[in-house]
Formats: sequence, C-alpha cells, structure tokens
Amino acid sequence: MSHDPAARPAPQMRPVPFRGGGFTFRPIGWLSPVVFVLLIALWELGSRTGVISSIALPAPSAAFAAFLQLVETGMLWRHMEASLYRLAMGWTGGTILGVLVGLAIALFPPLRAGLSPVVSALFPIPKIALLPLFIVWFGIGEGSKVATILFGTFFPTVIATYGGVDNVDRNLIRMGQSFGLSWLSIVRKIIIPGALPAILSGFRISASIAIVLLVAAEMIGAQYGIGAYILMAGALFAIEQLIAGVAMLSILGLTIGWLIGRAERYFLGWRT
Amino acid sequence: MELCIDALSHGYGDTEVLRDLSFTVGEGEIICIIGPSGCGKSTLLRMIGGLERPAAGQVLIAGEPPSGSLNPITYVFQDFALLPWRTVEGNISLVLEDHGIRGKRARAVIDDVLARTKLSDFRTALPRQLSGGMKQRVAIARALSVHPAVMLMDEPLSALDSQTRELLLDDLVELWLRERFSACYVTHNLAEAVRLGHRIVVLSRRPGAIREIVPVDIPLAERADRAVELEPIQRRLWSLMREEAVAADRELTHVA
Repeated sequence: MSHDPAARPAPQMRPVPFRGGGFTFRPIGWLSPVVFVLLIALWELGSRTGVISSIALPAPSAAFAAFLQLVETGMLWRHMEASLYRLAMGWTGGTILGVLVGLAIALFPPLRAGLSPVVSALFPIPKIALLPLFIVWFGIGEGSKVATILFGTFFPTVIATYGGVDNVDRNLIRMGQSFGLSWLSIVRKIIIPGALPAILSGFRISASIAIVLLVAAEMIGAQYGIGAYILMAGALFAIEQLIAGVAMLSILGLTIGWLIGRAERYFLGWRT
Repeated sequence: MELCIDALSHGYGDTEVLRDLSFTVGEGEIICIIGPSGCGKSTLLRMIGGLERPAAGQVLIAGEPPSGSLNPITYVFQDFALLPWRTVEGNISLVLEDHGIRGKRARAVIDDVLARTKLSDFRTALPRQLSGGMKQRVAIARALSVHPAVMLMDEPLSALDSQTRELLLDDLVELWLRERFSACYVTHNLAEAVRLGHRIVVLSRRPGAIREIVPVDIPLAERADRAVELEPIQRRLWSLMREEAVAADRELTHVA
C-alpha cells in the first residue's frame, strides 16, 4: 500500500458522518408553562363544548371561581392556616428528630445494631393505618394529626440521614483524625456537611409524604384544612370545589419542592 | 524529632501484611518507601501516623517536636482529602480551628502557607475549580500550616499527570531545601524515589519485609542536574523490585 498521496488519484472526499447527536439534555425553559397552559385550555375548551361532562369534571374556570369564592369568604386562610400549621409542626418535628436519630444510629455502633432493625420494621407501615391509634393516644384534635405527619416523616429522614453518613468519604474522616481534630469537630465539619446532600434529598421525600398524610389526617375529624375542605366538597358533590382543593395541594407541593430546591442550591453550591 | 519504626508486623486475619520492619526517619531526612502494589506500604504509613494499630512492634518518637508544632506527624494523602464544601482557605483553617487559631492569627498562617505553595491567588476557590496539581498543593499547604515535624506522604503525586508531577516534584525539593522537613514518602514511582529520598526502603511483596535500604548520597538540590548518576540507582531499585512486582502482579490475579 502506498502512502504517497500523489501516487494515487485523489478519491472523492466526503465529511465524516456525525453520530454524536441525541441523548443530551438541553433545558427548554419556556416549554413547561406552555404545556400547562395548553392542557388547561384544552380542558376548558372540552368543558365548554360539552365533550367533557360538567358532572364528571368541571371546567377550570368553574374550579377557579370556587377558589375565588374561598378567597372572598376568607375561608382560604382558615383552611390554609390549619393545614400549614399541621404540616409545619409535623414535618419540622419529624425531620429534626429523624436527623438526630439518624446521626445517632450512624455514629454509635450499639445504637445502629439495636435501633436500625426497629426502624426497618416500622418504616414500611403506612402511617395512615396508625391514625386511629394516634387518635386514641393524642385525641381527635391537632395532636393525632401532627403525630401522624411526624411519624410519617421521621422514618424516611432517619434512613436518609444514616445512609448519608455512611456514604461520607472515609478518607476525609481519616484526614480529620490525622490532623488531630476532635470527635465533635469531625462530626460537625466533616460528617454532617458530607451527609447533607442525602439529608436534603430525604427532605424532598418526607415533604411529599407529609402532604399525603396531612390530607388523610384531615379527612378524619377536622373542621378546617385543605383535606377537610376536599372531603366536604366530595360529600356535597361540589366537584369544582374539590378540584380547587386538589389544585391547592399541587401548588403547596410545588412550593415546598421549590423551597427545598433553593435550600439545595444554597447549601450544596460546592457540588458540580 | 526522629521516628523509630521498631520490629513492626501486621496482618489482617490470616493474611500477613507486614513482617518485622525496622528503620528510622532522622531529622530533616526523607525516607522513600517503595514496593510492589499490595505490599502494605499504605498500611505501614497509617501505622506510623497512629491511624492504625500494628499487631506487633511499635513506632517510637525520639526527642521533642519543635516548639510551635501543632501536629507533629502530618499526612499528605494521595487523593488530596480536601473538603469539597470548603474553599482553599477554609480547608486550611479547618485544621487550625481545633487548635484555637482563628481570625487574625489564622489569616496570618494561611497567608504564609499559601505564599509558600504559590497559591495566594486561589484563596477563595473551591476544590472542584482546581486542577489535581493545585489540589495537592492545597493539601501540602494545609500540612505545612500545622508545622509538622514529620510529613507522611502517601503517593502524593500518583493521582497527577506526569507533567504536573514533575512540577510538584520540583516544588517539593525546593520546599525541603527551605524547610528541611522530615518525611516518609510512599511511592511506586522509582524516579520520584531517587529524586526525593535520602534513603530508599525497598519492600518485598506481601508480606512486606525490608529487602534493602538504598542510600542516595547526592544532595537533593543537585539531583535534577545529575540525572545520569541517579540512573544506575534507579536501575538497581528496579532490579530489586522487578521479580517482586511480577510475582505481586500474578498474585493479585489469583486472589481476584
């Protein structure tokens, strides 16, 4: 084979075909609001033309009217206040206790050996099933509702926290020891920040569990709250109110998710 | 301050890792430890630094550490071991905080070590923004900030590309000429060993025992220019290690 280009007639030149396309993620920021608007517009159109029966699914405008009525009567704040209070108390209590217990389990071998099977046994129980028990223990009022949310968020937080601690780079801990850092310093400055990504993603999961449990708890013996409002609307076949309540839950969930996203960006800015 | 490694032996379960090692690390002396992979070099270093207990034998400290030494025996790790959520400055202040050095005094120490490692422009950078060579410089700056008497360096240049390695090697030599620190330098790179070591401890494959301690009598400052004289020493080291390395390579394949 000759390597002298002049010795051969020049073959036809063509570009190397490009094969590297696809499978890359490219953010298209404007698309998701457009999809939302489009879906709601289609739904509205369907309701107006009678394709969607108003008994099965009211028009978005009807649901929005129900929502406006809630605002006008001032009931929105009543329901929101009750729900947010329960959510805040239950979720905050559950996550604080969960992080503390998770750290304790991860850091002290006897606790790990003793408690982690207990946590594993209690974690899969749907906490809604315990609601009647909580009513017996804490009364039909706020206590049982907060306790349900607290319990429901506690276990996933424990598991996320000790999983996070287990995943902290051992070499960083060894580094801390080699520089003579105290036990407390190693925990505070190496282990907790190292476990923070896992703890925050645990928060995401526990927040959505908290909303599920909130609605379930409010469906039993609550006068106010988004869950109570939805239950009442369902009982009265006021489906547009029901839809308004469900939309409020969705917005609540989105807001919490957004807040956690902000927290992640703030605390985990060091990640790539 | 000197370190005496006295009849050190160790094993995990039935596997004997280190067998009867004895040598000293003198003041201002760099001891390089070379050996085939899996011969227990890193384990040895962990024991010298008090991070692991040997099954038999001991590591002794002779003399007092120099005054002002916050952490007489200090590590430099192969993977740098920088906290990714702290800046360059924060990573150094981490090891000062526990000694009660904060605020102005900490800033003075940090300024000093960053200048000595040519990092002053990178004070507020996060580790992910730095190249491997820069990260290891930060780790060295952190080690210097506690005024070590002995530095334990576990393959500090092995995670770097060969050009960066060459640059850092020069920096280490320069640093030694200024500071005269003592060091135990574990490496599998023979060129690094002959460039940096006053004495080179050659370990056999597992269980790691001392095959020979090779002295290198050329002053550190002149080694870069007298590469021709280093060549025979490096060849000798390789001839000592070659069979061990071949055997160690096979051994690992069997285990896996």
